[in-house]
Amino acid sequence: MNLVTIGFFVGIVGLTLLVTYIAAKRTSSASDFYTAGGGLTGWQNGLAIAGDYLSAAAFLGVSGAIALTGFDGFFFSVGYVVANLVLLYIVAEPMRNLGKYTLADMLTARFNEKRIRGIAATSTITIVILYMIAQLVGAGALIQMLFGIPYWTAVLIVGVMMTVYVLFGGMTATSWVQIIKACLLLFGTALISFLVFWKFDFNIMKMFDTAATVTEQGENFLIPGIKYTSTIDSVSMMIALVLGTAGLPHILMRFFTVKDAKTARKSITWTTWITAIFFSLTIFLGFGAAAFVGQAKILAANPGGNLAAPLLAEFLGGDVLLSFISAVAFATILAVVSGLVLTGASAISHDIYGEIMKNGKLTPKQQLVAARTGSISIAVLSILLALGAQTLNVSFLVSFAFCIGASANLPVILYTIYWKKFNSNGAIIAMATGLISCIILGALGPNVWNPEAGKAIFVGTPLVALSNPAIISVPLGFLAGWLGTILTQNKASEAKNAKIYNEIRVKANTGISVSDVSH
Amino acid sequence: MANAARAYVDDKAKTPEIDYDAFVEMDSFNKLVKQKRGFLFTTTFLFMIAYILLPILAFTDALQAKAIGNITWVWIYSLSLFLMTIILCTLYVSRAQKFDKQAEAVIAEYQQKKGGR
Repeated sequence: MNLVTIGFFVGIVGLTLLVTYIAAKRTSSASDFYTAGGGLTGWQNGLAIAGDYLSAAAFLGVSGAIALTGFDGFFFSVGYVVANLVLLYIVAEPMRNLGKYTLADMLTARFNEKRIRGIAATSTITIVILYMIAQLVGAGALIQMLFGIPYWTAVLIVGVMMTVYVLFGGMTATSWVQIIKACLLLFGTALISFLVFWKFDFNIMKMFDTAATVTEQGENFLIPGIKYTSTIDSVSMMIALVLGTAGLPHILMRFFTVKDAKTARKSITWTTWITAIFFSLTIFLGFGAAAFVGQAKILAANPGGNLAAPLLAEFLGGDVLLSFISAVAFATILAVVSGLVLTGASAISHDIYGEIMKNGKLTPKQQLVAARTGSISIAVLSILLALGAQTLNVSFLVSFAFCIGASANLPVILYTIYWKKFNSNGAIIAMATGLISCIILGALGPNVWNPEAGKAIFVGTPLVALSNPAIISVPLGFLAGWLGTILTQNKASEAKNAKIYNEIRVKANTGISVSDVSH
Repeated sequence: MANAARAYVDDKAKTPEIDYDAFVEMDSFNKLVKQKRGFLFTTTFLFMIAYILLPILAFTDALQAKAIGNITWVWIYSLSLFLMTIILCTLYVSRAQKFDKQAEAVIAEYQQKKGGR
């Protein structure tokens, strides 16, 4: 580590701690802790959501994937961008109008039953843990490479930082860390892209011509087929990306940090523009790395291609740019894991402890204590799991998380908002089916089983050929919700259900609340 | 910030002040919901089709052929999906502003009815 690296590193840590210090003074209730008191503005929340999208997997992973596999890497970019529309058109505003802190709050607005809250919290915790292990293991390996410190120290540094942000600053600090990181990442990406484009004389044709000749894959670099060869496998992955985003609890939770549906809408508008710009720039990062760093050097540095962007930065701007991009990557990891800790804590402390075990009868002060205890437990658990998973290739766990979001959460969210007859049995069955089918199909898939030793966790032939089972599990989730509902409906509960649905429909479509009619 | 915590406790005691069933009997409300759903579901269906065609067509000659120089159609299709996202996002915002006005009118009508009783 040289002085410049240490400078950027200390700068980012200092800035985020300052933000946490200011946020801590404003965090005095459970509402402040979980949702920043609902006080974020449209652009702030939009940048924070964009920050959630732009994880280390998106920044380092996608640019590396494009550098190594050409167009195949760009599939992810398209998935992330179009996912904004699913959020905007069918999820964001009803979510804001119906929910309070968590996904379970929104579902229990319609079905006030503990078992619904329980299964929604289970799904949230499962997604958070899978996502977190992948992020922490990736973070540990990355920081080890970038700064030359041991894996366990790296995981501990990230673990302690994320706990400090969440514990003291709650959602306010978590959001601002995310906002700072999103700005730094956008700036860094735009700068590298500009330098790459300069090298190509600001000529798009020249850039593509170079890409078609510079790699061993030749012109195949510019068409799909290097990594993905099967149509059905790609369709399945694309379904998981576009629908899973709208079912990820740490993204859904962000809609509760704004005051109303209009602001939720504004947030997503910001997110759409930012992600569209960022993911367009991944072409420059990927092509630039392939042309100026070379695939051989990228592979030698990291077989997954994760160091393509930092290596490109080093080529373009020497040590200074490398240090800056490394620091940005570090901030990216910190921001995303903090959001995950907070979301996990909301499911443990608010849903399971506060609402299920204590019947929602905690005093505001007890709620805050519970929230902080929950944050520490989820952080410690994830750190231990990440330390144990060091030698495993766990990056695929993120795609499991998307699969569960799309198969267990999204069907129930849509039915709850839009289907009059939907009942609580249907909700339970849909969530359980989506969750279990993703885990079982995933556990039998090629990410876990590979005939060659060292390529996956176990040696053997995968029973399911799909690397992401969403194409099976998403329809299963929807089907289970429908069947569970029509097979268990009865006249007595139907009348009550219809009355509650009227309330849901009015709230979701008008955003009406007590404050609107009290005057 | 203590207010936010109190509002949360109050909310839990359900809100008997609003008569949701009365809304559902109002033509203006049902018209709003119908128009909104028509727009949201139709557009969602269309963009999902456009999106899922990408991985299907990506492995065929249709998108693998060269369009301009070495740029293949698959890049152009992908980037037009980006453009589609921006355009549909803008369209949504402008439509949603109309729906907001309709919703305000519905709430006003409801309050008038309640006040008249």
